[in-house]
Amino acid sequence: MSTTTSVEQATRYEAVIGLEVHVELATRTKMFCGCAIGFGGEPNSRTCPVCLGMPGSLPVVNGAAVESAIRLGLALGCEIAPTSQFHRKNYFYPDMPKDYQISQYDVPICLRGELRITVDGRERTIGITRVHMEEDTGKSLHVGGSGRIAGSDHSLVDYNRAGIPLLEVVSEPDLRSAEEARAYLAELRAVVLALGISDAKLEEGSMRCDANVSLRPVGHTVFGTRVEVKNMNSLRSLGRAIDHEIERQTRVLTAGDPVVQETRHWDEDAGVTSPLRSKESVDDYRYFPDPDLLPVEPDADWIDRLRAELPELPAVTRARLAGLGLPAPQVAVLVDTGLVRVLDAALAAGAAPALAANLLTNDLVGWAAANGTDPADAPLTGAALAELVGLVADGTLSTKLARQVLEAVLGGEPGGPRAIAEARGLVQISDTAELEAVVARVVAADPAAAQRVRDGNAKAIGALVGAVMRETRGRANPRLVNELLERHLHP
Amino acid sequence: MHALLTASAPELLALQEAGDASAVDIARAHLDRIAATDDRVHAFLHVTADAALAAAADVDRRRAAGEPLGPLAGVPVAVKDLFATCGVPTTAGSRILEGHRPVYDATVVARLHAADAVVLGKTNMDEFAMGSSGENSAYGPSRNPWDLDRVPGGSSAGSAAAVAALQAPLAVGTDTGGSIRQPASLSGLVGVKPTYGLVSRYGMFAFASSLDQAGPFARDVAGAALALEVIAGHDPLDSTSIPQAAPDLLAGLERGVEGLRVGVVAEFLATDGLAPGVKARVEDAIQRLGKLGAELVDVSLPHAQYALPAYYVIAPSECSSNLSRYDGVRYGLRVPAETAEQMMAVTREAGFGREVKRRIMIGTYALSAGYYDAYYVSAQRVRTLVTRDFADAYRRCDVLVGPTAPETAFRLGAKTADPLSMYLNDVFSIPSSLAGAPALSLPVGADERGLPVGLQIMAPVLGEATMLRAARALEADLALDPVPSGANALEAPRP
Repeated sequence: MSTTTSVEQATRYEAVIGLEVHVELATRTKMFCGCAIGFGGEPNSRTCPVCLGMPGSLPVVNGAAVESAIRLGLALGCEIAPTSQFHRKNYFYPDMPKDYQISQYDVPICLRGELRITVDGRERTIGITRVHMEEDTGKSLHVGGSGRIAGSDHSLVDYNRAGIPLLEVVSEPDLRSAEEARAYLAELRAVVLALGISDAKLEEGSMRCDANVSLRPVGHTVFGTRVEVKNMNSLRSLGRAIDHEIERQTRVLTAGDPVVQETRHWDEDAGVTSPLRSKESVDDYRYFPDPDLLPVEPDADWIDRLRAELPELPAVTRARLAGLGLPAPQVAVLVDTGLVRVLDAALAAGAAPALAANLLTNDLVGWAAANGTDPADAPLTGAALAELVGLVADGTLSTKLARQVLEAVLGGEPGGPRAIAEARGLVQISDTAELEAVVARVVAADPAAAQRVRDGNAKAIGALVGAVMRETRGRANPRLVNELLERHLHP
Repeated sequence: MHALLTASAPELLALQEAGDASAVDIARAHLDRIAATDDRVHAFLHVTADAALAAAADVDRRRAAGEPLGPLAGVPVAVKDLFATCGVPTTAGSRILEGHRPVYDATVVARLHAADAVVLGKTNMDEFAMGSSGENSAYGPSRNPWDLDRVPGGSSAGSAAAVAALQAPLAVGTDTGGSIRQPASLSGLVGVKPTYGLVSRYGMFAFASSLDQAGPFARDVAGAALALEVIAGHDPLDSTSIPQAAPDLLAGLERGVEGLRVGVVAEFLATDGLAPGVKARVEDAIQRLGKLGAELVDVSLPHAQYALPAYYVIAPSECSSNLSRYDGVRYGLRVPAETAEQMMAVTREAGFGREVKRRIMIGTYALSAGYYDAYYVSAQRVRTLVTRDFADAYRRCDVLVGPTAPETAFRLGAKTADPLSMYLNDVFSIPSSLAGAPALSLPVGADERGLPVGLQIMAPVLGEATMLRAARALEADLALDPVPSGANALEAPRP
């Protein structure tokens, strides 16, 4: 297929995309039992009769999960249902302890909200159909074969995840491109982080996203046949999968074939989607109200209190940070990583915004990437950041030395930035007399460079500054070095 | 007959307090009785003799030390095999759970232990509580101590048979559509189905969650009331448990029925399948209540006739989902196969009996897309109508009375080929199950064959105290001998 044809086709069809996002809640205990929630540990170590589906066990709703659901609903402008219900979604699968999932069905807790996104400077409002509560399944490990259940030698099941509370956020089919889908997911994630209800890590599966993608001729209002795409575990992978699926469906339609309604699996390495044969082939879940659970009826006072106590939401945060003079890309990083919490704590402790933000978005984010950790997990308090910023502001540390101190703090060195800087002898030399002597030595050692500066070659001063920094092992105050050199060479 | 075996639960408490019997004496007498008779009765699937004797010895030791004791101290209790017992096999009468040992105690079991009762073991039952005769047990039927060729009723067959056979003074069973009341009726016992939510369902293997309710069997009303007090009361582990403390059921038990408005359900007595011997005894009992000072009121439950079909949609629907977990993955039977899906299928094929499979299929069908509204939703509407009928009736009376079951104990095998005739055994017990309201069965005499007949006394939600008071008045007036008698009874001389 030539490029020309695909461009023509791309103009003939419009993508219609809706996302179903699962958010794993960071409650202390599971949705329907008292088992702890956590990562790692021995398989099946965080289980009990309830989350193992032992005969006779019964679910009891976790109030903290309901609270998280209501808070997300309020943040998305949803109506909070005065009465909502849990249903049973029946299907057989080894990682489902009861062979049914307790989930909300036709009476969810949050209805009709919206989320504003901005793509290429254009703001769009994406409808939220609903937010509902459900429980997670266990995790299967298929040993042998391809690693999928079919063809494996045997399977192991870990139920530590079984029963962890999930919120499913279903969008209206309002998204029109991979970019919008990515922006939507990023914005939803930022809202979730602002609420603090989940660590929302796409890579680790604490936030998961399925995309419903269909095409229709531009200008048509009837939806095309939709395909559900699963297994995207990053924003990038979501974008790639949707782009691929749009291309694939375009090819199918252009060839005059119908799009098959199915669930497809995104293969990140191959960059393609393929039909998924799984539980989704069973299309009748025989939903009915779970007789073990009473309807969820949050009282109005509780909802009002949660509404009043909502934290600042990302759109407001961005405006506020922009008002502090921070550039938009930096604001985006602060909000998307959740580092805005650390920044705000540092600002509250009196830190200068630009310096604090730079240390976070350049140095901390870089350090996290190099160490393969999530920036939000970095062990830096707002107070420590404020202390570090203070050291830079008062000239004790250069920004370069501040970076070294930051890395020491992140590496777990005790004592705080000032103590670390002093212990390592990193404190910046701002003593004019001390630097004057070094400058004199450097100028004497490289008369050729000194002459070029005197002849008016301004750039040549760089070599001399570099030499001073080398002699002082980077501790010289750069501004002062420049001043002293200028004075020395242009007396 | 050994006096410790015929004694009621309150009498056993009194004997111990008076120093006339120890808990170990009582436990040993009952364990010996089980050993001597259970080859014929088959009430038990598992006897926990050592644990029972240890518990009894502990009660004796604490009594001697003057320590406080629970309200059932030293009283033996048989527990239906539907309740999880930690470390003790719990099968629900099913092959699919053969050898299954739960890792926890059901709340009912924990409360029996906390009350210092002596648990004798686990009783036989229709598989997953589905049946009215005990014949659906994967481990063979229990027999009725009044006539060993006949069934004790079901599904709590072993619990009823154990108490009737004097193997235990008390038993706990479960009642979804009549599984305590009907076997109590057929075995000549007091059996109480409490208000839905009065007794915790935690640890009770679920059949139909919106209907299942645990309750006691005893040979006397006071024993049943005492046992119910012990197992009742709010349990935070069961979301459907009523959030209030256990009611006091013994205090007003002897207050009589003077002025009590007793509603006689016209439709029940006019039912075609009602055996004449049952009808005669029930009518006698009602007249006696009148003579004892109760005001008899004719009432109608016009929608009660639709309760049975509604029940046979709701209960199988819930069971089809509740029994999904028996898939061979985590516990119980596993039949190996090529794939996980095939393993689940062949395990369930091999592990479940015919009646259980029938109900899973009915329920699966009723919940299917396209049929859900026609079956499940319609059945729930009927449930609402039946509940309203009761509400209307209770505006004019305090309790309702009628037969518990349409006939007395039938012969083994008589109904196994015809599920519908088996289902009809619960035609009178199902309406109050759908309404979530309490009901009990009280022995009121025998039919022409000498087989026990039960009177059903029903009450509005949380009306247990009134219901038990009416039962006690009639029990005192009738003064029947609860020990099984008859030509082919357990106590009859062997040929």
